[in-house]
Order: sequence, then C-alpha cells, then structure tokens
Amino acid sequence: MTTLKKASLILEDGTKFEGFSFGATKSCSGEVVFNTGMTGYPESLTDPSYLGQILVSTFPLIGNYGVPSRQEEFDGMSAYLESEKIHPQAIVCQDYSTEYSHWQSVSSLSDWLIEENVVGICGIDTRALTKILRDKGSMLGKIIVDGCSNIDFYDPNKENLVGKASCKEVIEYGIGNAKNVVLVDCGVKNNIIRCLLRRGAHVIRVPWDYDFTTIDYDGLFISNGPGNPDFAEATVANIKKAFGIGKPICGICMGNQLLSKAAGAKVYKLKYGHRGQNQPVREVGTNHCFVSSQNHGFAVDTTSLSADWEPYFVNMNDGTNEGIKHKTKPFFSTQFHPEACGGPTDTEFVFDIFMDLLK
Amino acid sequence: MEQNNIKKVLILGSGALKIGEAGEFDYSGSQALKALKEEKITTVLINPNIATVQTSDEFADKIYFLPVTPYFVEKVIEKERPDGILLSFGGQTALNCGVQLFQNKVLEKYNVKVLGTPVEAIMNTEDRELFIQQLDEIDVKTIKSEAVDNIDDAIRAAREVGYPVIVRAAYALGGLGSGFCDNEEELTSLVEKALSFSPQVLVEKSLKGWKEIEYEVVRDRYDNCITVCNMENFDPLGIHTGESIVVAPSQTLNNADYHKLRALAIKIIRHIGIVGECNVQYAYDPSSMDYRVIEVNARLSRSSALASKATGYPLAFVAAKLGLGYGLFDLKNSVTKVTSAFFEPALDYIVCKIPRWDLGKFHGVKREIGSSMKSVGEVMAIGRTFEEVIQKGLRMIGQGKHGFIENSPMRIANIENALKEPTDSRIFVIESAFRKGYDVDKIHELTKIDKWFLYKLRNLYQTATELESLNHIKDIPQDLLKLAKQQGFSDFQIAKAVLKQNLGNGHEANLKVRALRNEYGIKPVVKQIDTLAAEYPAQTNYLYMTYNGTTHDIAYENDGKSVVVVGSGAYRIGSSVEFDWCSVNALLTVKREGWRSVMINYNPETVSTDYDMCDRLYFDELTFERVMDIIDLETPHGTILSTGGQIPNNLAMKLDAQKVKILGTQAIDIDHAEDRHKFSAMLDELGIDQPAWRELTSMDDIHSFIEDVGYPVLVRPSYVLSGAAMNVCSNDEELERFLQLAANVSKEHPVVVSAFIQNAKEIEWDSVAQDGEIKLYAISEHIEFAGVHSGDATIQFPPQKLYVETIRRIKKISSKIAKALHISGPFNIQYLAKNNEIKVIECNLRASRSFPFVSKVSKINFIDLATKVMLGIPVEKPNSNVFDLDYVGIKASQFSFSRLQGADPVLGVDMSSTGEVGCLGESTSEALMTSMLSVGHRIPKKGVLLSTGSAKQKADLLESAHRLHKKGYQLYATAGTHRYLNDNGIPAILVHWPSEADKEPQALDLLHRKQIDFVVNIPKNLTSNELTNGYKIRRAAVDLNVPLITNARLASAYIRAFCDLTVDDIEIKSWDEY
Repeated sequence: MTTLKKASLILEDGTKFEGFSFGATKSCSGEVVFNTGMTGYPESLTDPSYLGQILVSTFPLIGNYGVPSRQEEFDGMSAYLESEKIHPQAIVCQDYSTEYSHWQSVSSLSDWLIEENVVGICGIDTRALTKILRDKGSMLGKIIVDGCSNIDFYDPNKENLVGKASCKEVIEYGIGNAKNVVLVDCGVKNNIIRCLLRRGAHVIRVPWDYDFTTIDYDGLFISNGPGNPDFAEATVANIKKAFGIGKPICGICMGNQLLSKAAGAKVYKLKYGHRGQNQPVREVGTNHCFVSSQNHGFAVDTTSLSADWEPYFVNMNDGTNEGIKHKTKPFFSTQFHPEACGGPTDTEFVFDIFMDLLK
Repeated sequence: MEQNNIKKVLILGSGALKIGEAGEFDYSGSQALKALKEEKITTVLINPNIATVQTSDEFADKIYFLPVTPYFVEKVIEKERPDGILLSFGGQTALNCGVQLFQNKVLEKYNVKVLGTPVEAIMNTEDRELFIQQLDEIDVKTIKSEAVDNIDDAIRAAREVGYPVIVRAAYALGGLGSGFCDNEEELTSLVEKALSFSPQVLVEKSLKGWKEIEYEVVRDRYDNCITVCNMENFDPLGIHTGESIVVAPSQTLNNADYHKLRALAIKIIRHIGIVGECNVQYAYDPSSMDYRVIEVNARLSRSSALASKATGYPLAFVAAKLGLGYGLFDLKNSVTKVTSAFFEPALDYIVCKIPRWDLGKFHGVKREIGSSMKSVGEVMAIGRTFEEVIQKGLRMIGQGKHGFIENSPMRIANIENALKEPTDSRIFVIESAFRKGYDVDKIHELTKIDKWFLYKLRNLYQTATELESLNHIKDIPQDLLKLAKQQGFSDFQIAKAVLKQNLGNGHEANLKVRALRNEYGIKPVVKQIDTLAAEYPAQTNYLYMTYNGTTHDIAYENDGKSVVVVGSGAYRIGSSVEFDWCSVNALLTVKREGWRSVMINYNPETVSTDYDMCDRLYFDELTFERVMDIIDLETPHGTILSTGGQIPNNLAMKLDAQKVKILGTQAIDIDHAEDRHKFSAMLDELGIDQPAWRELTSMDDIHSFIEDVGYPVLVRPSYVLSGAAMNVCSNDEELERFLQLAANVSKEHPVVVSAFIQNAKEIEWDSVAQDGEIKLYAISEHIEFAGVHSGDATIQFPPQKLYVETIRRIKKISSKIAKALHISGPFNIQYLAKNNEIKVIECNLRASRSFPFVSKVSKINFIDLATKVMLGIPVEKPNSNVFDLDYVGIKASQFSFSRLQGADPVLGVDMSSTGEVGCLGESTSEALMTSMLSVGHRIPKKGVLLSTGSAKQKADLLESAHRLHKKGYQLYATAGTHRYLNDNGIPAILVHWPSEADKEPQALDLLHRKQIDFVVNIPKNLTSNELTNGYKIRRAAVDLNVPLITNARLASAYIRAFCDLTVDDIEIKSWDEY
C-alpha cells in the first residue's frame, strides 16, 4: 500500500478531487490548465509559460523515466531542461510512477518536486478534470495536502507574469558568432536559445522591458512567456520602435501576441487554451500542414490585424490564429512552438527562415 | 481533391487467416471498402476467405472467392477492367501479388492505376538491399546486414559480422524463415529453409537486448506527415513484434527519445515516398540515443490495426482516402467529426497488446519464442495504469490465467533459464521469480526487459502479498481493495489471494468480493476513447472501463432499448474470424430492427471492434465480472450470447443466475446441451443414437469400458471448443500418456471416453430455430472421414454424396433436438453417418464456425435470421430450398505448420488449422481445386511422392495413383506403397525412409532437390516408430514449402480435381454470378 499522504484538489467551482501527494508537502493555488502531451514532463515543468499554473497531465502515467541532471550545463544553460527551475505551482496526474527507468535520469520526479518545493498530486481522474476545464473554461484551483493549512485561490493572470519570468539583466550566448540576435525574454525556453545558437547566432538575451533598440542587432526575436500579454506593454512599445528599424523580427507564442499587439491587433483569452504536442496548423493559402507543440491561453484576433499584416498559420481544429506575417517586411511570428521541447520538431524550419533573413 | 476519374477499384484481400497474417486484414480491407463506398466508387474484392466481414455484400460490390495470386488477379482484371487497384490492405499476400503484377506489366497492360504508395516505393522497402541503400541516402542507420542468395555466401557473411547473427527472409510475412543463429550449423539449416520460401535471405548482426519501438506514419501526396501512434515492446529486441507484449504509447522514452524517432520516421516516409500508411520499426539502445531502423512496412499491418484500435484513428480508412488523392487536411477526425484528420492522437490511457499462442495444440513444437512469429491471435487491454492493462490483458488471452498473479502454480525446472529463454509463458515466470525472492535488477539482467515494466509487475506482487496476509473477504480494507482493483485485480484474483485453498469453486467467492466492493462503492467507470484526450467534445461510442477514475464519460438512457452482443475474444485455433462475422451480423440486424447495438469484445484484429459497427463498443473483458458491470450500467433489453463462439456461451449459466435476460435459447437449455450427461440422457430419452461413451474417474473404469467398446477411443473433457484436450487413443500406452495430460486440463470435469467410429462420414448441421421449430438449416458434408476435427476438415455444401435417407434422418433428429431444447436462435449439430446409421457427436446452441460459409454459399444470412428470432420477431422459413443450388461450395483449411518449427503437420481430432477459405464452383472438383489453390497448394508439375499408409488407405488411393500416372507424373513411393503400386501395375520409383540412411535414393534428398513437388503422406497409425519416419518427410515437405496432404480422402479428391481439370477450367465468376 502506498505511504503517500492524502491530498485534494479543489476547483473554483467547488469540485473536489481526492488523491495523494507526491511532491512538496504544502498547499498551493493557481490557474488549472491541462496539457495533452504524452511525454515531456521535465520540459513542461521547466517551461516558464506555466508560471503560476497548476499543470494537469491528461496522460495518466507520469514519472516513468525520472528526471535528468539539473546540474549539467551546456552553452551556459541547463543541458536537458527548458529553464533553471520548475515554474508551475503543481503537477496533477492519475498514476505517478514511484520507480523510474532511464539511463539519463538521476532522480525521481518526486524527489525533484520536493527539492524545488513544488506540489505533486496523483490518483486524480484527470480526464474528468479535463472535461470540466474544457466545458467551463480554465479556472482557479488549489491543492491542499493533508495536514497543511487551507489557502485562498490565487489568480496568476492578475499579475505581470512576463515580468516575473523574464531575466533581470542581459545575458549573452554564442559570443563571436556572426549574427547578432536580440532575444526579448518574456519567459524564454532554453531550446529557443539552442535553436538560434545552432544556426550561428550571437544571442543577446534581454529582459522583457529592456530597450533593445539601442543595440545594433541583425535580427529581433521575441520569446514565449506566461500569462496575459496585456502586462507586457513595455515590450509592445519597443517592438513598435523595431518596426521602424526594419530588421527581421520573429516571435513565438507570447512573441506572436506581442508582435500582433504592436501591429494593432487585439488579443483575447481562449476558453481553455491549447496545451499539447498534437496541434495541427496549416500555412494559410497552402497545402502545408504541421503538427505543432503549443502552450498558450491567449490568442490573436486576426480580424483586428491592420492591412499590412496577414495570418501566417491557422489552427486546423478551431480556426484560431497560429501566426502572423507582414505583407512586405521581414516580420513574422508563430503562436506554436517551433523549438518544441516537448513536442514534435516539424516546424523548426521557422528558425531557418529567420536566420536566412539575417543574411 | 484532384479529379482522377477512378470509378472502379480492385482490392486484394489476404486470403485465409494464417500465423503472421490474420484478422487485421479483414479490418483494414473493410475500412478501405467503406472509404471507397463513401466516394461512390464501385469496388471489386478478391479474397477466398469466405468467413470474413469484408466479403459481404454490404461491403464490396463484386466479390471473387478466388486465390490472391497473379494468375487469378489478372483474370479478374481482364474481366472487370478496374481503373485502380489497392495493394496495401491485404497484408504481405496482396503486396507480393501486386508487385508481381507490376513486374509482369499486367497493371500496365490493363491500364490499372496503383492507388496510394507507388509499387517502386514498395519494392524499395521489401528488398533489403534497396531499402538500406535508400536509408543510407538520408543518413538513417539500418542494421548492417548482407543479402545473400546461397548458403556459402550466408556463411561468409555471418563470419564477417560475427555470431550471433539473425537471418531474415525477404518478401516474407511475419518473419517467416527468420531466426537467430549462434553457430554455422544453425545457420546452414535455417538458411536452407529460408531460401525455399524466398529468393533472398539477410544475414545480420544481432542487437539482442535493445528496445524495440514502432511508429505508425501517414503521409499524403502533399507531403504532409503525421505519426498516429508509437508503440513500445515489453520484450526487448529479438522477439518478433507479433510475439511481444506491446504497449502504446511508449512508456520508457523521454521527450528527446520519442521525438527523435518520430522525426526519423517522417524523414524515412518522405524519402521512400509512401502515400498512405506505413510503419517504421526501430531498435533503440537502452543506454544511449543510438538506434537502428529494423524495417519499414509499406502497407497496413498488424501494428496499424492495433494502432487504429489503440488511438481511435482509422488508419486504413484514411490511407484509402489518401490513395484516392485526398490531402490529410481534406479529411475530418472520424471521432470528433469536427477537428482535422491531420493531427496526432493524444491518448489519456494506456493500451497493452498481448499475443495469444496455441503452441499446446501441436505435437513437437518448441515453446521458445523469438524472431519468427508463432502466435495465432492477440488481445488489447485498455486502462489508466500499466498494472491494470497487463492484468486485464493476461485474462483476455483466455489461457486460464486470472491476470499476472494468483494463477495455478507453474512447474518451472530452472527459473534463470526460463527468464533468459523467452517462451510463451515468460511473464508468468517473472511472477514466480518475485515469489522466489528475485529482485528487479536480477530479473532485468536475465530478461533485459526494461526495469520500469518490472517495477510495475512488482507492484502487483506486493499487493497480492498484502491480500494474501488476510483470510476472510470481509477483512479486506477498503483502501487495499480499491488499490487492487486499480491495479487490475479481478474479483476472482482477490478472492483467491485471500481465501487460498478455501476458495471452493471460486464463483461464490467472486460474488462475495463483488458484494463487498458494491458496499464500499468501489466500481469501475466508463471512459471514452476520443483521440484528443478530452480536449474537444466527442460523441464517441468507443469505450473502456477502468478503476482509475471517478466519473463516467457517458450518461445512460436506462430505457431498455439496447441489446448487448457478447463477442468472441482473441483469435485462437478453433475460434476466429467466423465468429467476428457472426457478431458483426448480429449487430447489424439488432440495429436494423431498431435497437441500440452494444458490442463487448477486446480483439484489435476484428471488425466487430470497429467503433462504427455498433452504437456502443465496450473494448473490454468478456469475463463474468466485466460483462455484469456493463449489463448493470446498460440495463439492456437483452443479451446475445450465441454469436461469439464458446466464450459467451460459457457465461450463460452465471449470467442467468444474476437474472440477466438472455435473448434466444435459455441458459438451462444451453446447459443441457453443454453438459454431456444431461445431453446424453436427453438423447436416450428421444431415442437418438450416439457413440457409446462414459464419464469416468478411474483408470480401472476406463479400461473396463474400453474392453466393451474396443479401441480406438476418443478421450476428452466436457465443455470443449475446437476439441481442446481431446484425443484418439488406439492402445493402452497412448491412453495412459494422454490421460496424464488431460487430467491437467480439466480439473473441474472428469474424463469422457467414447467409442471412436472409423470410416464414418461426418456431417454438419447448421440451423436456426424459433421456439423449438426449425426455420432454416444447412447440411454440409466432410470430405475426410470422421476423426479429422471439423475445423480442419474440408467441407462441402450442399452435400454431394449423402444418401437421401441419411439427410431425411438427420432432419428428423435435428427437429427433435431443437424441440427438446426449446431452441430459439442459431445452433449446430455434428453427426456421424455410416450405412445410414446416424449418431450425434455434439450439439452447440450457438452459431458455429461454418455459419458464414453456409450463409454465403446459400446466400441466406443465417445470423440475420437467428438474430431476428432472438429479438422475438416472427420469421418465415425462407422460400428457396437451400439444397437446390447448381453450384458447390468447398471450405478448405489453412495450416500454418511452416511457422511452427518442429510441429508434426498431421491432422487429428485436435484442431490445428489457423484459417480457412471457401470457394465456389460448378462441380466439387472445380470448387475443391480453387479452394486448395487458395490455401497455398500448387498443382504439381514434376513428381509426386506417395506414402499411403495402411492397406485400406493404399487401396483407397490406388485410383488416384492411376490418375497421376496417366497424367504423366513421375511417381515416387516408399517401400510398402511402392510394392503395392508395382503389384497393381503402376510404375513408381522406390525411395527410402530417413531411417534407412544407407539406401539411395532418399526421399528427403529428392525433396531438397525439388524433384518432388507434391507429397501425399498418410500416417498408418500413431505409434512413435511410424511417426518418426513419416514425421521427417512431412516436416521436410512443410519446411521446403512442398504441398503436403496427409488424409487419403482429401488426397484422392484433390488428385481427381487436378487431373480432370486445369487451372484454366476454373471459371472467373463473382459471388453474385453463381
């Protein structure tokens, strides 16, 4: 029999799920969102876009292959993870595997969660939970571990999460590489940096509100990031200035939303967002389709784009926007994650397009 | 979609079910036919497998029950003039045939367009050398191997890569002729065998111990690609994927592993140029990210059928549409109906496939499993923990196991060896190893099974241990009970763990656990398979049950308007696609008559588990426990148990005791037919004759009974299907040896011994009755004499050689039985007839194996009528007289001995065929020839080897020998037969038995030199001396792919057929033209 402590997950609407705690013994709260990917929990947990959220895995078996080393570094960042720490408030699953097996792993998921003081709850009917979130929309939730005190609901969307997730000072990677790429860090995933480095970029990672227009760059890259894009007005203002500079611009996820805002478009909150590794997107006006990795709760209203811009990609399931591009200038962005991690690598060509523009 | 003017399409089926090519292709073909029908394209299907669902008029417009060989396919093309052809839905058989038609320029000649993957691309994947060259071009690693076409080169190649090596035959299905060799001797024997099937074999370095991972990949002509599913083998590389336990999705791959292999799969499919579906198999290093591509199947496969069922993504359907020119973006997800078919399913459950072996049915076959496939079927379990699915799955395979644990103890001579050398029961050895104190590390070291799986199995052992520390069911703590259920323990397993030797008959304890669970509110929930992990709402009817959840996905109507049809489970010897046809037809009629059709079944190869065949599909267990769970939720109008073979039939009494409404014949009557005593007493009362029999418990009683009736006797336990554990014994030695075996098989039932009547005709009565009155019947006649299991026999319908008096008597007896048992629904009686004396052998109050055959030959759907009867609809006797046919149908059996190394290919009362065909003809000879060609016989061109058994059999075959001689065949004969032929003036060359090794010529040499291309070998008796010599010749014929017949009656009928007729005489007529 399990020796795990009992714990419960309570949703804003009062729904309660009983389970067991396999992470930190504490209570926590956040926005409950679900991810349908079947692998990649270390990548998701270290994805800054999940900041403030309670991450539900629809795939029931979690922890199977443990967690890789957190110490190992490559190119000045974690060798295996998407950032240096866990960002969500908690992870929720059906069946946590106390034992793991993988040659690259050095500890169990449980050990890692405890180490980083993050909550984990298993034994939850995550399908039932997902259906609630699907039908009623993302909502707040809290997890109370047996013996820990009750807490209030916390709404991360009322905070500037981009500001929280972003680096605080300029960091450079690939010094000596020919192409200078300013990367605006709204909560960037390491693999975006890796993808740029692999293609010969000198990456200048700047905080979200940094006035990068003072830098002599060849290209501008706006990263992914958590929460509501409305908090990142400073970034939007800088992007507008970059339009004047005219050098190539590319954005991913939050980057797509901020670029769109700079282009005058409106952004709205989706009922429950897209989080997973199987989202189909189609390049508008072509027969080219791609399976993409996604993690976003907000989307661009393409009808509000100004006449200079057009949709680049569209979601084949619900028709929502998956990217925009400027009709004449080298500005474009994707709502999905071409850097994957976790997820399919089919759209990594987006980085090639960007880097080719810098020539 | 581009206009391509395709109006008529030819589809090739896969023929009879055989090891390596089974029901999955009925499913793929049916899906393709549905896709074409939706496009209003006329479909022409060639498939001699008459029991399949696809060979029904609801599915195809024109059906030819002809062999899937270039000769016949060309004839059909010539006649039908199709615009296009689909090659990838009928397994390796269809693919090979298609490649030959392409190479012979037949497709070009008749301007038939290959839809989907181009033939050149197929050839690039089939020919090993071309394949490696292709992947080298894109820097994808393959297993270094060398293709050779002779033994000397094979030996050299093996020396170069170093032993152990693996040998694979090119162009072969399911790994036929493949195997591992540790030394030159093993290599020589394997390569010789492989080269007789295939012009080319591959010698390569073995990567034993690596993980085996598969991806199912789809590509459209716009170069859009998706991977629908990946799968991970529980067993490490070295065990054929058809022989391995498989889970989907992969469980021990991290994100980098998963997507590395996924990206490679897409790179490969693009380079090869597949349009449609293919599968990519990898070997993956468990301690680095190194990989090798094992193979690519450029067609629908067993894995694709599994992937379709595992994900809800209809691969065959989509592949057919892509073949017509659609893009993936044109198609909708057929589950959600609103989202795109261009996506990758997200599973929120895990599935586990487990193979079903029937190795116990064969004499001389090894239990070791390896790189060549031996399993005859498979099951798929769905759940939300690995523990849950492995336990469900191990119950589903239907070999008397209750799950991973709490089974009858196994006798294992040496645990370490049993772990090291995989067999069909290795997983149960792991359980024994835990009990003996082996830890996960040690078991991993011996088996190379990933530790993750072993940890999970250890969880089961730990829970069992906790349960075993208790003694009373009422003492089971609620949490422990819940945990056990979440780990897939059945109520029976729990009862057994707690009660141990006080279990009694089990069923009562089973009910007690159920009651306790209900008291605690521990009940399973119903979940949907929706392809998107609940992200989008889906009205899906594809369901499974789990204890790892708190709420049902569906709301029940409780309107009593549903009818549950209980399916037939894993394909096995004795129960396969024919019961799927019966189940599907029952569902169709249920639906047509205005009821909600509900299916329960767990066999991923079937059409009945295609979620568009019914209103609700429970892909779940057929145990009493699970069927009750479903009935409790469904509260159906009634339940049909008579269309799924013996598994549902066996549930009748237990369900009836729970007041479940059984439609059709009632449980008590089923019991009267199943229980030998009750049935026999009834026959006595009705004055119906039966072979003398006695149910006996001691050897003394058995001997004294045999003194009365004389040898040979038939020995068997009751409640059998397909003659399991049944045998003919001709002497004391055989009897005693067999009884030791039988005692193990049937603990609950004593042994039944009956007189075995020789040289009697066996007759099948397939029928439908309503309230005890016969409404429809078909009488078919075995070509072989009784003694060959009805599942192995060659059967003709309508009967051609029965006395009118025999038929009259059979009708009378059948009417009496139907009345006495108040039959409402399908039933089957097997009769013996000798000199107009009729004896009843057995009676099954359910549809039988031959229902699809007689239905399709007579063009009257027996199951449709039977289902109407069970629904209580008054039915009229069909007008047409079913005997008044001016054509003949012959059902012939397909054997898979070539895959079962060492098995003696001799027929007996125990069934050993894996499939069947049914062909039509103007005469017995024509139909027989077509059906024999359909099961792989070839008309001999050179020499025929005769060893014709006993004096009586020699005499029986004399006329045949004359025919062969007259026809110009060179006859070869072993000593006794040679003498007999000589005495009768038929010239033959004397050949010698293997035991006379010093004499020339040797029969075996002639076989090896291909001078003999047909062998008739009739075993004289079952003594071991006789068997050894004959065995060697029979086995050599099988291993060298020389057609073999071991029954005198069949041999003479077949010889008559091919001496009287040529292949050109076979008329190319579709089913509806008869």
